[in-house]
Amino acid sequence: MKFALIADEVRVSIDSDSDIVAARQKGRELAAQCGFPSTDLAVVATAISELARNIVRYAVRGEIILRLIDDNGRRGVEVVATDDGPGIPDVTLAMQDGYSTSGSLGLGLPGVRRLMDEFEISSDFGKGTTVTARKWKR
Amino acid sequence: MQVPILKQGAYLIATVQSALTDEDLKQLRDTLVERVSVVRARGVIVDVTALDVIDSFATRTLRDVAHMIRLRGAETVIVGIQPEVAFSMVKLGLTLEGVATSLDLEEGLAYLDRKGKGPGHEVRTHR
Repeated sequence: MKFALIADEVRVSIDSDSDIVAARQKGRELAAQCGFPSTDLAVVATAISELARNIVRYAVRGEIILRLIDDNGRRGVEVVATDDGPGIPDVTLAMQDGYSTSGSLGLGLPGVRRLMDEFEISSDFGKGTTVTARKWKR
Repeated sequence: MQVPILKQGAYLIATVQSALTDEDLKQLRDTLVERVSVVRARGVIVDVTALDVIDSFATRTLRDVAHMIRLRGAETVIVGIQPEVAFSMVKLGLTLEGVATSLDLEEGLAYLDRKGKGPGHEVRTHR
């Protein structure tokens, strides 16, 4: 692991649209524990909502892992969205605003990148996708 | 979670009271589009004060509600978007373009009242 864990990680399995709500509420609680300002609580919850919906829409099921992390005294929230779904054939395309294969607005992944401070994506076509995003407390 | 919808005069007021799933949002949309003609409403207010997240799906559904209700001959106004929710929406790239919004219920009602007067009934002010 790259960063020290402040508290136990929270895992939310995602396989229906009510899990999307559960995941973002858990994330908000965790970020509140860490003392994030209310604007950032909404930002983190919104990012989790987009990532969880991607799982339901494209991979059917997966998991959201939420961690409170510490990087030499700097605290933050790490959100990992992981699934073993079909994967993304073209990640560069999927990161473009307005690109969608599902008829959605196509703002999910690029939007999450704008909302959070750090964003990493790895996707193996046919094997699944993992997105890791972090928000640091200012 | 069902969203209560009240009729007040010529308006329907839907007050969201807790987080909504995608399914809840779709149901709200369908119910409003149907009810607007059943009660012959001229305006619809969707109060989202209680929502702590309005993500891409919620935005798209609210926009659809407004556009569908306009096609049914009535006006929609979304009221009560919280400041941190507005911040997140804009960062995400969501703007609710073409949809009327107001600060709160009172402002929303005032907006619909002004709209309802329509052209020809407008009060002229002399400068």
